[in-house]
This record gives sequence, C-alpha cells and structure tokens, in this order.
Amino acid sequence: MHTFHYRRIGDQGEAARALRETGSTPEGAINAAGQFLAGGTNLTDYMRLNVMRPDLLVDINDLEGEKLRQISSNGDGLWIGGLVRMAEAEDNTDIAKNYPVIHDTLKLAASRQIRNMASLGGNVLQRTRCEYFRETSWPCNKRTPGSGCAAMDGFNRQHAVLGVSDACIATYPGDFAQALVALDATVEITGPDGSRRIAFSELHRLPGDTPHIETTLMPGEIITGYRIPAGPWTRRSCYVKVRDRDSYQFALAAAAVALALDGDTVSEARIALGGVATVPWRAREAEEMLKGRTLDEDAASAAAEAAFNGARTREHNAYKVPMGKETVIRALMDAKAMEA
Amino acid sequence: MSHARKTEGLPGGVDRRRFIAGAASGATVPILAGTHAASGKTGDGGPPPGKPQAVTLDINGQRYELALDPRTTLLDALREHLHLTGTKKGCDHGQCGACTVHVDGRRHLSCMTFAMMAQGHKVTTIEGLAGPDGGLHPMQKAFIDRDAFQCGYCTPGQIMSAVACVTEGHAGSAAEIREYMSGNICRCAAYPNIVAAVQQARRDMEV
Repeated sequence: MHTFHYRRIGDQGEAARALRETGSTPEGAINAAGQFLAGGTNLTDYMRLNVMRPDLLVDINDLEGEKLRQISSNGDGLWIGGLVRMAEAEDNTDIAKNYPVIHDTLKLAASRQIRNMASLGGNVLQRTRCEYFRETSWPCNKRTPGSGCAAMDGFNRQHAVLGVSDACIATYPGDFAQALVALDATVEITGPDGSRRIAFSELHRLPGDTPHIETTLMPGEIITGYRIPAGPWTRRSCYVKVRDRDSYQFALAAAAVALALDGDTVSEARIALGGVATVPWRAREAEEMLKGRTLDEDAASAAAEAAFNGARTREHNAYKVPMGKETVIRALMDAKAMEA
Repeated sequence: MSHARKTEGLPGGVDRRRFIAGAASGATVPILAGTHAASGKTGDGGPPPGKPQAVTLDINGQRYELALDPRTTLLDALREHLHLTGTKKGCDHGQCGACTVHVDGRRHLSCMTFAMMAQGHKVTTIEGLAGPDGGLHPMQKAFIDRDAFQCGYCTPGQIMSAVACVTEGHAGSAAEIREYMSGNICRCAAYPNIVAAVQQARRDMEV
C-alpha cells in the first residue's frame, strides 16, 4: 500500500482546504492526491490493491454539522445526510414506510457489517468492481487512462450493456443510487468555495472517452446530503435485485420502480436500472411508455423493451438484456401489488 | 444483560494481554510512554507518510498506546501489535467477515478500518466477550452446544456478528438470521448449525 498522511479534521472548510492543498486536478475528485475517508469500505480495499494511491487521507467522521448525520422528513420530502450510515437509513421506519425503494436498496446491499460502516455520501461514489479495474496488471482506461480495456474482449459477464463506450464497459456497482436517480433526488455538495446543489442524475458521468473521471465532484467537495422530493409515487416503490447468490452480492440486473396509480392506470412512473449500466441509469423512455396506460403484463413488457433500447452487448453479457427486462417487469408488477 | 460484561477481572486475562502486548510491541513497534494521541485531531500535516504515528486504542475496556504506520489496519493492530489473535484474517478485503469486531457496539470489519480511525471508539473483540468470571457469553455457549463450527477459523467473526445480529433485533426468524449473517462466510458450511446457535442464544440473551 502506498504511504499516506492521515488527518482527522472536524471543520468542513478546513477539510476541504486540506484536500485542495494537495494539488488541484481537472480530472475530478476521484483522481486527486487527497481523498476523504468516511466508512472506508471501498477506499481501503482499493488502496490495498494499489488501484488507489492517495497521499493524504482526511478522516471526515468527526466533521461538525448536524445535517451531515440527520435523517428528517416533512410533507415536501426527505433529507438524508452524507455521513448517515447505510444501516441507520436501513433501520429508519419513516424511510421503510414512505420511501420503501430506498429501504430496499440499502437492505439488499453488501453485508450488515459493511452497512454499519459505509456512509451514504461515500456509497454513491463507490467504484466499479470490474475485475480488470481491480487487478493492476491489466490494461484499464478507468485506472490508467489510455491503456486500453481488457474487459472489452475479456470475461465480461458482469459488465454493462447501457451507457457503454469504446473505452469502458464497467458497471456502476451500487444500489442506493438507483433509488436516488429514480426519485429525482438532489445532491447538496460543500466544497472549498461554498455549497452547491445539483440533480443526482448530474453527479455521475458517462464513461465516454474519459472513464477515469467518474463524477462531477471536484477535489475538496463533500456530499453533505440528499434531498428526495415526496410524491404520490414514493410510497408505491420497490427495488428488485437479481444476483448470483441471494445475499451479499452485486446486482447482475436490478430495477428501482416508483409508481403513482389511478386505479390500474399509471399516472406517474419512475424507473432506474442497476447492474446493467455504467452509471445509475434512469429509463425515461420506459416511463413514457407507461404513462396513461393500464398497468398489466403487456404494458410492463413494452416498458421493459423500451428500457433496453440501445443496449450494446459483448460476448458474455448479452444475457443481461432479457434478464434486465424480466427484472423491470417484476419490479413494476411488485410495485403495482403494493398497498400504498 | 449477560452479554455486555467488562473484561476487568477476567482471570489473568487483562494482565496477561497487557504483558504480551508490551513485550511483543517492544520487539517491533514500541508502546509510546507518555504519548498524547487521544484526540487524533492533528491540526498540522502530521508526520511524514509511513512514519509511525501515535495511536490510542480502547480494546475490551483496556487502553493501549501504540506507534503505528498509518497503513496499519485495526485487524493488524489487534493481531500483530497487541497479539489479540482471536480476531481472524480471512480475505483481508471485506468479503468474508472473519475479522468482525464491535466498534461502539456495532459490528464492523476490522480489515477495512485503519487503526487510526478507531481512536476515540470502544472496540470489542472475541477476547472481550466472556464474563468477568470467565463464563462464556450465551452465543459462545450456543456455538458449542449446537456444534456450529468445524475448523473454527471463521468462528470468532461469526460469534461477534451473531451477537450483534441479536442485539440489532435481526434474529427474528431463520430466514432473517441467514440474511443478516450473510457477511460471514463459513467454508466448512456449518450454516444450519450457526442458525440454530443464533436462535438458541437469542432466547438466552433475552432472559
């Protein structure tokens, strides 16, 4: 493991400045020499594998600020602070009742030990588990820009079929982010120059020619929390996750769904896909297919079909298209059956 | 509350550990005398990377002052520096659960925690689970009663995880236990017996 400085800092401005002082980079926060450390469940792993080699770790677990650790809600929506642990939000009864899709994505992720540790700010920033990214002897455009992609013609069973580029087909591995992108969450970000707010869908970048720049965060910026607007669809929402084993495993295909129904007719639909795309993936075409239609298996199938329009498969991952469609159908029918 | 005892008074335990920790650390990394590392909040850039830094850890109610390379995980601090070898290293990548300990009462993976991060928090390891009289924790007893292991390597992590599984309230049914124990892998596949042990201990812990 690369050697590093460790600092535990309580003041947010000081923490941001400490990272900026390690040198600014136009290549985004993830490639900076200084990194924030919260749960550490992704960072320590990638540091041990030499995939990440920060010179400075700023431990932000003691950061001052009540909002960072807060879960609160009112009629307008829900706030979840960036230092809230996955398990805390998982155990929150308000979230389980009123935002079940968020509860599902947390409960079905990782193991309880990891959920106790991992912060929700860090969770959405976790990096792909592409085997070629994890093992430094392989070429990887995400890890070493311009070196090539070993996954493209390698064992790419886990890899993405949506949002891919010629440079990268690595899957975005998380679950919680699918709930956030489906529910039109906004992210509150605090950095060396103050705070800003962006749509969650603007946080992650498609790989394109620069798969190593994964988000729009700049060095020194911290996710202070998420605001999730309440809507008639938030209570009728769920997450279906299909994987190789039934627990403690990343998704092969997953769907986050939220529905507002008028009888059996869809007035609003929100659909996001996991396990099949390079970023948290909103399936807007599929949503449009459903609006105003009676939700039955046929309508769900048509939406699922639309969700995978434009899918680009490789040798070992073509199965994800039919599996992904079935996942969308199941999630839609499960959401319809919910009492909301 | 038989499952939340302190380690003080454990026959020979604390003194022996103190002695071993001191003696062993003397050979490799000295325990710092008179070091003030309690807060962990350094206002400057800190010492150069890789150079041992003062770390104060609270393990099983005992305070330890160490000088550690910042790269040292809590797991390695426990095993290699304090010689509390009950906590096991399996995958060292957060995938197997063998290194599970409690941090402030919650189960964490010590392989994914830098020792410096544990400063200011109470860590409990398998060595800290038994009662002051040396009596086994109900979960330890249940693992023996139910033959919930074969080779035993994953067992300390299983037991630490299982205790938390019960105290969190996630041991309601066999299915729930399986789901909430999924972070602990057992290569001998003693899973049915582990579930039975958790169910037995849950009843005993509630008394």
